[in-house]
Amino acid sequence: MQLESMYQEIILDHYRRPHHKGLREPYEAEVHHVNPTCGDEVTLRVHLVGDVIEDVSYESLGCSISQASASVMSDLVIGKSVKDAMTIGDEFLALMQSRGSVEPDEDVLEDAVAFVGVSKYPARIKCALLGWMAWKDATSRALETAS
Amino acid sequence: MVALPALLPEELKKDFPILSRTVRGGRPLIYLDSGATSQKPRQVLDAEREFYEQRNAAVHRGAHLLAEEATEAFEGARATIAHFIGATDVREVVFTKNATESINLVAYSLSNAATSGSSASRFLVGPGDEILVTEMEHHANLVPWQQLCQRTGATLRWFGVTDEGRLDLSQIDELINERTKLVAMTHQSNVLGTVLPVQEIAAKARAAGALIVLDAAQSVPHIPVDVADLGVDFLAFSGHKMLGPSGIGVLWGRYDLLAAMPPFITGGSMIEVVRMEATTFMPPPQRFEAGVPMTAQAVGLAAACDYLTELGMDRVAAHEHALTEYGLAKLAEIPGLRLIGPSTAESRGGTLAFVVDGVHSHDLGQVLDELGIAVRVGHHCAWPLHRRFQAQATTRASLYLYNTLPDLDALADGVREAQKFFGTV
Repeated sequence: MQLESMYQEIILDHYRRPHHKGLREPYEAEVHHVNPTCGDEVTLRVHLVGDVIEDVSYESLGCSISQASASVMSDLVIGKSVKDAMTIGDEFLALMQSRGSVEPDEDVLEDAVAFVGVSKYPARIKCALLGWMAWKDATSRALETAS
Repeated sequence: MVALPALLPEELKKDFPILSRTVRGGRPLIYLDSGATSQKPRQVLDAEREFYEQRNAAVHRGAHLLAEEATEAFEGARATIAHFIGATDVREVVFTKNATESINLVAYSLSNAATSGSSASRFLVGPGDEILVTEMEHHANLVPWQQLCQRTGATLRWFGVTDEGRLDLSQIDELINERTKLVAMTHQSNVLGTVLPVQEIAAKARAAGALIVLDAAQSVPHIPVDVADLGVDFLAFSGHKMLGPSGIGVLWGRYDLLAAMPPFITGGSMIEVVRMEATTFMPPPQRFEAGVPMTAQAVGLAAACDYLTELGMDRVAAHEHALTEYGLAKLAEIPGLRLIGPSTAESRGGTLAFVVDGVHSHDLGQVLDELGIAVRVGHHCAWPLHRRFQAQATTRASLYLYNTLPDLDALADGVREAQKFFGTV
């Protein structure tokens, strides 16, 4: 069965015990994103201190892939500069669009390398990107507020 | 496996080339997503191919032989389809892209009535008027009416749904009143499977002077439908859900209404006289068929009607009823599974939607897909209905004439396998 390649243990662990979940204060921007094909949704807040992503907090409803991806994303971006976090986000997007053809860089993507199996299933890529897209959106809004 | 007497022969699957292909890891395909779109028998594919190979031309224009034969094929298809739904007047069958477009045609015609002079005044809606729908509608029979209300200032109201997944008729005498201009409802829910008491509601709506639109996208493919019996004014369905090609749908409407309605999409083919200043329009159905129509698709849909007629819609309905009873019983045995919709097969079609504790429908669908079982996951274009049942998403198995009892065994086994995989049992 190919299922294990999609649902790697790392993903199931994040799904069962998501990191940084829950909405917290303070924050500069809050967004609500949905996946209109399935109804999965996330409400996500970003708190910036200067150029650093101090916190990402979120509430979400959805499948294991979307939930685990939001959790992994929060681990990866919290504490990073906006620029570095955006680079990681781009790398993750490239991985998702690779249809499993690229070898993910574990130094950059850490737990997110586990999503390589998801990239082989076009219908699930949006699930994996839901949290990331919300984070990107919230971060650019937070930057706009700051400037 | 003991075959139930009502079941159609399993050899039927052989008419559908796609059902013999394999999927993930070489597994045989078990197709349980006919509510989204049906598979096509060879007879339909052959009819389309024969049209393109022998008779293809633009219809209702041109004087050459092919144009003549293509027009005959197209209008012949209209007659076959009209007969299939019990319409005695072929002019009452309007070809559209799909059921969604059919419903939009009515909704836009109603708002176009505001600028179409006194002849269209009976279709006027505005502030103070009410449009009545149900909470179980597919977005295709909800959003066009929301939008019509936005454009015209009319008020949208709706029937609720009971916990069992039936239409809540307790408020019917208040919901249908002298302000009700139009009632739009589904014949058979694409999620719950529930078949609505259309005649009862239509009779009350008619007494109140309201127009009645029936979304029959999930009924015409599965049960005998006779427009004369139903008592509705308009009926919409799609070809692709009833063994026919994609890209073709039907709006059936009472001729006197169609004849008084302003057009929706305008352009070639639907005109009578065009001058630079103004244009007059053809009578129905041409008035509503602008541009070169979907001709091979009409021929294909007529072939689908012939296929269904040959089997007999009574037998198709009995087959699906037997499968539904069996499927409901199989699913009821699974701990942690909650069915969304009536738990008995009474007044109910073969649409089995459910949630499984601890396994999101996307994840469940993925496990089933791995086993070769195609189901639909998500909200199935009925988001308000899912909200009503506190279900963020459901898994839906939808049956058709080519499904078998082993297909349902595989579904039940697959659900249990997903529960094991995600460690919920």
